[in-house]
Amino acid sequence: MSFPWAQEYKPQGTVSKWVDERLPLPRLVYNAVGAGYPVPRNLNYFWNFGVLAGVALVIQIVTGIVLAMHYYASVDGAFNSVEHIMRDVNSGWFVRYAHMNGASFFFIVVYIHIFRGLFYGSYKAPREMIWLLGVTIFLLMMATAFMGYVLPWGQMSFWGAQVITGFFSAIPLVGEPLRQLLLGGFAPDQAALNRFFSLHYLLPFIIAGVIILHIWALHIPGSSNPTGVSVKGEQDTVPFHPYYTAKDGFGLGVFLIFFVAVTFFAPNMLGHPDNYIPANPLSTPAHIVPEWYFLPFYAILKAFTVDFGIPFTGIIIIPAKLMGVLAMFGSILLLFFLPWLDTSPVRSGHYRPLFRKFFWYGLIPSLAILTYCGGKPPYTQWVVLSQLAAAYYFAHFLIILPIVSRIERPLPLPNSITEAVTGKPLPAAA
Amino acid sequence: MVRLVAFLVGLFFSGMLLLGLGDTVITAIKEPAVPSVEAEFHEETLPVSFAHDGPLGKYDRGQLQRGLKVYSEVCAACHSLKLVSFRDFAALGYSEEQVKALAKAWKTEVPSINPETGEPATRPAIPADKIPSPFANEVAARAANNNALPPDLSLITKAREGGPAYVYSLLLGYRDQAGYKSEEGKELLKEFPEAATPAGLHFNPWFANLNIAMAAPIVSDDQVTYDDGTKATKEQMARDVSAFLTWAAEPKMENRKSAGWAALGFLLVFTVLAWMSYKTIWADKKH
Amino acid sequence: MSTVKKTKSTAKKPAVKKQAAAPAASVATKAAAGDQNHGGAEGSGVRRRDFIHVAAVSFAGVGAAAVAMPLVSQMSASADVLALASIEVDVAAIQPGQSIKTSWRKQPVFIRNLTPAEVEEANKVDVGSLRDPQTLAERTKPGKENWLITLGVCTHLGCVPLGAASGEVKGEYGGYFCPCHGSHYDTAARIRKGPAPLNLAVPEFAFISDTVVKIG
Repeated sequence: MSFPWAQEYKPQGTVSKWVDERLPLPRLVYNAVGAGYPVPRNLNYFWNFGVLAGVALVIQIVTGIVLAMHYYASVDGAFNSVEHIMRDVNSGWFVRYAHMNGASFFFIVVYIHIFRGLFYGSYKAPREMIWLLGVTIFLLMMATAFMGYVLPWGQMSFWGAQVITGFFSAIPLVGEPLRQLLLGGFAPDQAALNRFFSLHYLLPFIIAGVIILHIWALHIPGSSNPTGVSVKGEQDTVPFHPYYTAKDGFGLGVFLIFFVAVTFFAPNMLGHPDNYIPANPLSTPAHIVPEWYFLPFYAILKAFTVDFGIPFTGIIIIPAKLMGVLAMFGSILLLFFLPWLDTSPVRSGHYRPLFRKFFWYGLIPSLAILTYCGGKPPYTQWVVLSQLAAAYYFAHFLIILPIVSRIERPLPLPNSITEAVTGKPLPAAA
Repeated sequence: MVRLVAFLVGLFFSGMLLLGLGDTVITAIKEPAVPSVEAEFHEETLPVSFAHDGPLGKYDRGQLQRGLKVYSEVCAACHSLKLVSFRDFAALGYSEEQVKALAKAWKTEVPSINPETGEPATRPAIPADKIPSPFANEVAARAANNNALPPDLSLITKAREGGPAYVYSLLLGYRDQAGYKSEEGKELLKEFPEAATPAGLHFNPWFANLNIAMAAPIVSDDQVTYDDGTKATKEQMARDVSAFLTWAAEPKMENRKSAGWAALGFLLVFTVLAWMSYKTIWADKKH
Repeated sequence: MSTVKKTKSTAKKPAVKKQAAAPAASVATKAAAGDQNHGGAEGSGVRRRDFIHVAAVSFAGVGAAAVAMPLVSQMSASADVLALASIEVDVAAIQPGQSIKTSWRKQPVFIRNLTPAEVEEANKVDVGSLRDPQTLAERTKPGKENWLITLGVCTHLGCVPLGAASGEVKGEYGGYFCPCHGSHYDTAARIRKGPAPLNLAVPEFAFISDTVVKIG
């Protein structure tokens, strides 16, 4: 890789040598997550979440393959097949609850991973490609989670499918035909359920593929670190194994404790009771909400209440519904442009006093408010709050960050990672 | 260029949101939200506790058996329990023979076909059968119930906010609407004269829209005679059937909790070991 | 906990020296062999330190195995399938010489009411000469020798033999005939000719009344 002091893989036995000459897979692993990958020595616990996200994906794929052995994608049988898994299949309740809550924990871990990147400027040069691939993974995850939630064919599944495909009907001209194309009909039914199952099974493997690219792109510049200062020499790094494998092992234990506590003792805490009612195309639940991890985006969708038009003429250029849909997708797509919106040469939020204020007192509260309001009925106070928070969200990324990058005077950076850690300058750093 | 476009897009979205905010506030002032009878008079679930509550809770087998009796003698006349099989009753502490007898004596028989003629027929249930539904289909169920559909009860405690406490409150929540006052002392029919319960419905402040199609199912003490001699008060029957329906919705709860404790114990030891391993490896590295 | 603490404190000091010399030394068990070169007290400290890593990794392994168990056992027959593992059949309507096909565990079962002639024919056979020696009495219940109950699954490769429904070919020995590869079974459903290695299997069954038989 790009560090000359990276340890080289030296096969020990004859078999290892034989394999290495023909298929150097152990060498690849050694260089990717073994002793052959030098990593900054100062990573904090926020850097555990990349590995944890990988673990969460593995949990989802393994439990998902098991569930697919018993599930049938039929509008008449899907709901009962899930209950069959819960009641009659050996340990089926465990596999199903693990998959259900695994999705939530996957999002928790990925959100922390994303916020780490946002705060420490991990999206900045030379790591833009890692960030772009990461946002792609996030979009794929959202699609996968949505389609997975449809599969049990409960009330929330059905009406979720109805509402989310309804977004597309907001697009002028092609909207309604596009929606029918996606659903294979006029409303969610057998055709939609079958294709969602097919794609829900496919997408995780595509996610796994993009993750490989994500890690590949990571290994070109190497990992970022809390100071944001680039690695200057061998003293700044430690080999991934055993240093970070051990740390990740500990992090995994803590993660699993939380995961197990929820899965075994409050498995339905993050779900919605209405999804235990079989889908009924003739009756909408009183209060439909998406899964918690979509709530901020749902709040943005609902926050747009006025049409954009020419005042006093009645001409509407963009109706509120379309704007809500555009803004909801825009709120994620804008992350693709983040590396070019934040132009500050300093990566870490630690050394950016102004950025840090906007991050902690602006972005985080606005997202918290959006998450909270997304799950609330459309009463005035919640609509007003989410409109404020959504306005801040867009302003933060599209207006504030570019301006802050220009006017901010960053704090002095340490000369090197080692200096930041030990508190004294090393001759090697000079 | 990217930043210019972003600036304009940001200005547009934020601007439209602030416009919308103004609009929302003006609308709220001009047309203030009308208080609804549901918002004012819908009640939170009654306080009730069960043996299966909490991370260590287990089902009370005697209570489940009593609850089954209430279900079979009261609820089963209208409500199906489609996802539960007779064989599952072994988990309530019944022997194989008792399960067989229960299945055979069940009031509704299992639809089948006459082996001689092929005509539709019924036969007594066997343990492998699901609990037979009281109505052949939805149309029949609606026809017999004033066009209301009695929901299947297999998952009712997981499909309603509040779970067993909701079922318990609903069963005991029938009130006389005339003169009904909320805890704050507001009288319903005075505040909302148009909210009088329509004919054919029954007033119950624990139901989402306060008017439920189901007539009070538990009407008097000793409506059911318990085999174990427990006094069948209305409260007791409501509690027992709520516990039974919790079991019906989550029959693996006990396995889940015990497996959870084993997993947690194991993970705690693993995490401590992993932490020690991590600290040992990093002992020489300042970071 | 106290012993653990001791392990850690003794481990710390030598670890500093050793790791400084070779920062990337593998801490897996393999490294322990190399550590033998270190002198007395230091060596034992290193070994005890390694014990933590071995314990942590072993725990992870045991945990993975424990999780793998339900993930594999989910494939075996579920509770609703097992619930159908026994059936009760009323055989009152089957006349001598007739047989019926029923289904048990999703496999065909032949229930045959043998005529006295068929019973006699089955009893005449020299058991020693059979490929799978069994008498008719061993394959039926005492006093009910005319009730031959077997799985309708050829012991060769699992086809369903002919001969249970009226009009079907009964084979050269008047019992059952498997058309897939030509196995002939006699009136006691014993293999007489063809590739099948064993007689048609007799499931566990019992008469719970004169006319009702419980299979499984």
